[in-house]
Amino acid sequence: MTAWDAIVIGAGPAGLAAASLLAEHRARVLLVDEQPAPGGQIYRRIEHVTERRPDLLTLLGADYAHGADLARRFRASGAQYLPQSSVWQVTPEREVWLSRPGQSEQHQAKTVLVATGAMERPVPVPGWTLPGVMTAGAVQILLKSAALKADEPLVLAGSGPLLYLLAEQCLAAGARLAAILDTTSARHERAAMALLPSAVLKGGLSYLRKGLKLRAAIRRSGVPWFQRVTRLRIEGTDQVTGVGFESRGRPEHIAARLVALHEGVIPAQQMTRSIGLDHEWDPVVRCFRPTLDAWGNSSIAGILVAGDGAGIGGARAAEHAGAIAGLEILHQLGRIDGATRDRLAAADRRGQAAHLAIRPFLDRLYAPRDGILRPADDVTICRCEEITAGAVRTVAAQGCPGPNQAKSFLRCGMGPCQGRLCGPTVTEVMAEALGLPPEQIGYYRIRPPLKPVTLGELAAMDAAE
Amino acid sequence: MSMTADVLVIGGGIQGCSSALQIARRGLKVVLVEKNTAGRHASGVNAGGVRRLLRATPEIPLSVASMRMWHEIEALVGDDCGFKVSGQIAVAEDEAGMADLHARAAEVQALGYAHEELVGPNELFEILPALSRHCVGGLIARDDGAASPYHTTMAFRRAAIAAGVDLREECRATDFVRKRGIWHVGTSAGPVEAAHLVNCGGAWAGAVAAALGEPVPLEPIAPMMMVTSRMAAFVAPVVIGLKRKLSFKQMPNGTVLIGGGHRGVPDTEHDRSSVDFRKLITSARTVADLFPIMRETQIVRAWSGIESRLPDDIPVLGPSSTEEAAYHAFGFSAHGFQLGPIIGSIMADLVTTGRTVLPIEPFRVTRFRPWAEILSSGG
Repeated sequence: MTAWDAIVIGAGPAGLAAASLLAEHRARVLLVDEQPAPGGQIYRRIEHVTERRPDLLTLLGADYAHGADLARRFRASGAQYLPQSSVWQVTPEREVWLSRPGQSEQHQAKTVLVATGAMERPVPVPGWTLPGVMTAGAVQILLKSAALKADEPLVLAGSGPLLYLLAEQCLAAGARLAAILDTTSARHERAAMALLPSAVLKGGLSYLRKGLKLRAAIRRSGVPWFQRVTRLRIEGTDQVTGVGFESRGRPEHIAARLVALHEGVIPAQQMTRSIGLDHEWDPVVRCFRPTLDAWGNSSIAGILVAGDGAGIGGARAAEHAGAIAGLEILHQLGRIDGATRDRLAAADRRGQAAHLAIRPFLDRLYAPRDGILRPADDVTICRCEEITAGAVRTVAAQGCPGPNQAKSFLRCGMGPCQGRLCGPTVTEVMAEALGLPPEQIGYYRIRPPLKPVTLGELAAMDAAE
Repeated sequence: MSMTADVLVIGGGIQGCSSALQIARRGLKVVLVEKNTAGRHASGVNAGGVRRLLRATPEIPLSVASMRMWHEIEALVGDDCGFKVSGQIAVAEDEAGMADLHARAAEVQALGYAHEELVGPNELFEILPALSRHCVGGLIARDDGAASPYHTTMAFRRAAIAAGVDLREECRATDFVRKRGIWHVGTSAGPVEAAHLVNCGGAWAGAVAAALGEPVPLEPIAPMMMVTSRMAAFVAPVVIGLKRKLSFKQMPNGTVLIGGGHRGVPDTEHDRSSVDFRKLITSARTVADLFPIMRETQIVRAWSGIESRLPDDIPVLGPSSTEEAAYHAFGFSAHGFQLGPIIGSIMADLVTTGRTVLPIEPFRVTRFRPWAEILSSGG
């Protein structure tokens, strides 16, 4: 089998922009994605909604509708496309092992672009594992699938731009919001203000306007909006029954059966970790991200990363980053020279810079609270194996030197989610317990397969040696 | 700052921790240096088999003695190490395989051991109801079993520290000189002076032997393992393959651990290794053939650990041939975990008395000397 010029993993804005550009330049490019149609999380079901559900398209707004252009361009580009396919291993030698419904196969590429996007930061508050607690992202999927039921009032708790967007979208969709519990802290708000002028000057004004508009819409709706929320805990035994918290230091309680939690997004690092790329620590957003140059090149030659998986910048910045990485790949393939690459990338670099201008302000404003990063002892942090923060602290005190050893001690991170949900918290808790910075503590070694593969599927592969 | 000790042990795997523990319990002052953290490589991530079954003949006396220590492991290190007696069984898939097992059983009995017993088809399917019916028989060691490798290595580590061992992790030994009866070893944490040197450096032990002027053909390897999602209990003993590489066991939590010697890619320079799924396809086929019930089970994780092997697949064990007061225990060739307890006793015997009652002559470091001469002559 001949090698692909490029395999692009992920059909969000970065992946679509890169794959389209590469195919338009006649490169042999394969785009692999888990969903049945292009769009990623941000533009999920964009083709269906554009064609069939103008009502939903209006409700989800112009930012969402932009995805239709990306999908259209991609479909016309001639790029090969494998939807409903999970990549379960990428090797440093650029082999891509993936599972399509019922069968696994292996592809070789000259270059690989990882565009696997972001994940929501885990929100380990007391009770977060109860049935009835969702992530904000899950609520958005329900919205985009027109599957959100309007009869059960929803409590939205957390902080960050996506929380406000989701609140506004829920209101527009006619869903009932019981309350918004805003955990944004006064300390972070003050720190962020110093970064506002620069954000506005460099092109962040439109984001700021959007945010203010969302906030105004929420305020107009009359939904109870609690500020300075702390000590959030979700109550119930088999199912959520209520939410307790303090707002400006005053104890509050709301009865609820449905709660959505959101504390921002972080780069999804399972794939970049498992390939063995170098990562660096972002002390403000408090997350790891792959170490990259300005073109998206990682520490391993021929493997690039673009989009939110490289560091959170949002959908439009991701689209530009995808195009920039695509140009770099064309250069590496010998299709364009360095000067052409630089010239073609200039507009995308300007666009990217403008869309990133707001980030320092947003990152500071919505920086995660300590309680989310390092929960109390009795809070479960590994859902698969039901391991508490206290158990991790105990093994740290017994001499366990890091997350990988904690796996062996406790089995935390060894369940079906492969540590996706507990990894960030385990790093923070161990860093605190051992008095070391998180970058020194490091992260789980992520083992393939990244997605579960059946034994029979592996046995049936014809790539055996 | 200089550290001084009676004994310097190189390597914080199970062999190094066990040796340090036993030597310290005999009243000597021990420094143990480990370049990563204890149990980071093969000792922490192996399949956990505690097996006498099908051991190479020279290893049988050591393995039998070690098994007695395993059955008292809690008394030894204050931790049960997750050790469970489940039996280990080798399965013959055809009559030729069964003939091999008959010959093996006769050989072991002739040596005076009774731990390996032949099993006919009826008992085989009683013990392994999910086994494919094409299999014809087996050889079982009923008192063998399995343990948790990382827990075990950490238990030895803790016991060693409690016995007074000065454990230095993230500390790499770099050079070895013996002057006036004292070893002067340079490490990344400063020089160490010790009367005795014990080399339990695993895949990195070859460099120590070479520094002592007795190079050995030690090959780093990276045995791979896979673990599945949880299944209802369906297999009690550890099952090992005969012609095909397989080590197969269901853990107490229901997950199934599949190992057996298919190898990934070791990278000793960067202290890491990677899996090679091409070979795991073969491993998956073996399991699917022997246990059809496994076909729909999901593989959750695959990994490898760095180990080392010698050309004859048995370790180097015993005194240095070139230097006084230096001893080796390395090159266990992917089956050293079970030997861990007894290796500590042997090394303590050697360090304190210069001899041991167990027959270790087959493991002498000089057995590769022709190889070393070819290498040094550039041939």
